[in-house]
Amino acid sequence: MTESALPGRSAKRTVSERSDNVRRLVKRALNDPGSLRELEPRQLDLTLRLMRRAQLLGRLAAQLQRLDLIDAFPHPVPDILFSAIAGAETRARVARWELDRLAWALQDAPDTALVLLKGCAYMLAGTPNAIGRAFGDVDLLVDESMLPSIESQLIDHGWLGTRLSAYDEHYYRNWAHELPPLTHREREVEVDLHHNILMRTARLKPSAAMLLDDARRLAGSRYSVLSPVDMCLHAMTHLLYSGEMESGLRELVDITELLRHYGDKEPGFWSAFWPRAEKLDLARPAYYGLRYARMLLGAPVPDPVLAASASAAPPAPIGPLMDRLIPTVLFPPHPDESSRHIEASRLLLLVRQHWLRMPPLLLARHLGYKAWLRFRERKPAD
Amino acid sequence: MPATQAFASHPRVDSLDPGGFQARLADGLGLRIGPFDVHIKARATALAEPLYRLYGHYPLLDDARVFSCHLRLEELRAALPKSVRRVRFTVDGRQPHDDMPAEQALAVLEWGFNLVIALRFHRFLMLHSAVLERNGGALLMPAGPGHGKTTLCAALAHRGWRLLSDEFGLLRPGKTAFVPIPRPMPLKNASIEVMRNFAPQAELGPSIEGTIKGTVAHVRPPRDSVDAAAIEAPARWVVFPRWQADARLSFEEVPRAEAFMSLARNAFNYEVVGQAAFETVRDIVDRSRCYRLVYSDLDEAVELFDRLARGVGAEVESSDGESQALPVAGEGR
Repeated sequence: MTESALPGRSAKRTVSERSDNVRRLVKRALNDPGSLRELEPRQLDLTLRLMRRAQLLGRLAAQLQRLDLIDAFPHPVPDILFSAIAGAETRARVARWELDRLAWALQDAPDTALVLLKGCAYMLAGTPNAIGRAFGDVDLLVDESMLPSIESQLIDHGWLGTRLSAYDEHYYRNWAHELPPLTHREREVEVDLHHNILMRTARLKPSAAMLLDDARRLAGSRYSVLSPVDMCLHAMTHLLYSGEMESGLRELVDITELLRHYGDKEPGFWSAFWPRAEKLDLARPAYYGLRYARMLLGAPVPDPVLAASASAAPPAPIGPLMDRLIPTVLFPPHPDESSRHIEASRLLLLVRQHWLRMPPLLLARHLGYKAWLRFRERKPAD
Repeated sequence: MPATQAFASHPRVDSLDPGGFQARLADGLGLRIGPFDVHIKARATALAEPLYRLYGHYPLLDDARVFSCHLRLEELRAALPKSVRRVRFTVDGRQPHDDMPAEQALAVLEWGFNLVIALRFHRFLMLHSAVLERNGGALLMPAGPGHGKTTLCAALAHRGWRLLSDEFGLLRPGKTAFVPIPRPMPLKNASIEVMRNFAPQAELGPSIEGTIKGTVAHVRPPRDSVDAAAIEAPARWVVFPRWQADARLSFEEVPRAEAFMSLARNAFNYEVVGQAAFETVRDIVDRSRCYRLVYSDLDEAVELFDRLARGVGAEVESSDGESQALPVAGEGR
């Protein structure tokens, strides 16, 4: 072995040791918040920063508050935690008000099912992952035939569409599974109207009608939420098939908590799970969702379900690759270290998601057009 | 928290020599700034020297602790030999805004910290206001940009008032005592010269030109204010100041409802804190005397505050030209 090989190796080891430490701290904060009191101060500092980065600080703070432990931490930890709780409560209040206003604006269509997705659904359904959860938009799933009338009613009541280029407008209207976001002129919450949970152009074709048929109206509310199994399947699909995974860990926490909660409380949840995943054409995301929720966060998945899901495993080279990429991207980077290998993994997964969202020719056109825009934007600066 | 003792037990920044400070700053060092324990790591030319002077009195913290935030300022390598040098501000690994010219490093760090406080620490109700203390009572001076809030605040801080903040009226919701967060006070443009003349003993940082607010120079907070940073002060006076060239001094009582609305509207996070914010602002207005001040001469204004603190009726002309004695008794109704 040459001497020059040594520093490289040790540097590599430090990177992996550091990311092991990051994962250990984050898992500890998720699984056993109370035990954070025993952490050495520097490690506690890092843990809180990581949880903030992963958008999970509000949740951690809310859990510690329930345990009545916040004031057991030294200064300035209580200020940090109470601040995170105040932030999360504000976002929840703002979202509740937006929902109230939406229900008011849509009161002329009392029979149209308004199915909340993600954050707002968890909040109104009162699932355990809703506590201290950070969320931004209001996401609504409605029957596609109702979209034009709902959109125009909202515009009549003060919501404004996003000004888009002709191309982006075309993207939303013809290829996407949602309309361009609407925002009320007096408020800041984005309202996304969906007619499905995956793009029209995606390889997988879940049936929105089946999702809507099984949706459950919340007691005393204008809104519905997806059935427990569908809610989990949607969370899994969202994690693996859309977006940049910036809030990936938070979404995996959602999945884990929902599986734990409904597995416990909802009769027949697990026996319905896999058949439903297959019926909705969501077997692959369900496979990944179960796998990583169990592997990374210890979600309780019954063996028969796990065995059934193996039929949807990806072909040989993809599985091990995903097993490497997914945890790298899900866990937050160390805030003080460069994260080039994380960025590389993120890019690979983004490529994968684009690949799955559009057929190759359409994708090539889409990316080509976006690249051309970037090129044109850069030009005047030169 | 026995913050007073915790405060006394820490060494101060000026226990280091300038070279030692610069080295610690490059590696990252902890400062206690009011209720916040801040970790700062900065490698930028010409930042260490003014920072050392402006923060000389502040308690220096070891690393074995949780910090309220980790601020980082890094000078970027210039892309071309002649291109403008820039600094990058990050907080806990996130970059909230674009890179800024390297000469503005100090201002970027100060404003960056303001931004972090305002966006993150909703444990506190944050009124947008200068806060000073005299005889155990807090004077709140809320004002928009250009109204001379910082100038007046820096002036009073050098004439017997204790500085709590020139920017943040920090409160724990439900309490009416202000939490001090003394910081260097950024004077803008003409105010810099005004302050040099008014208080020649005031220690000023370098004049930083070309910022979004024009030329900025920071006044070091008096040592006593930094030493007393753990001592809160209950609200007693609310004064809305407005500097106006050549204006005659005017000082008139403001109806409480109006004072309430102005305070609430100018708070950084009134909506975030919600009901507790409403109750806290109501309590502040309830226990304070509220005034509007228009001034052009700093000495005159400072003298008026002096009388206010002593509880002596201040004889000034109101805006309608009639002379009147203002009730300035110390306790609120």
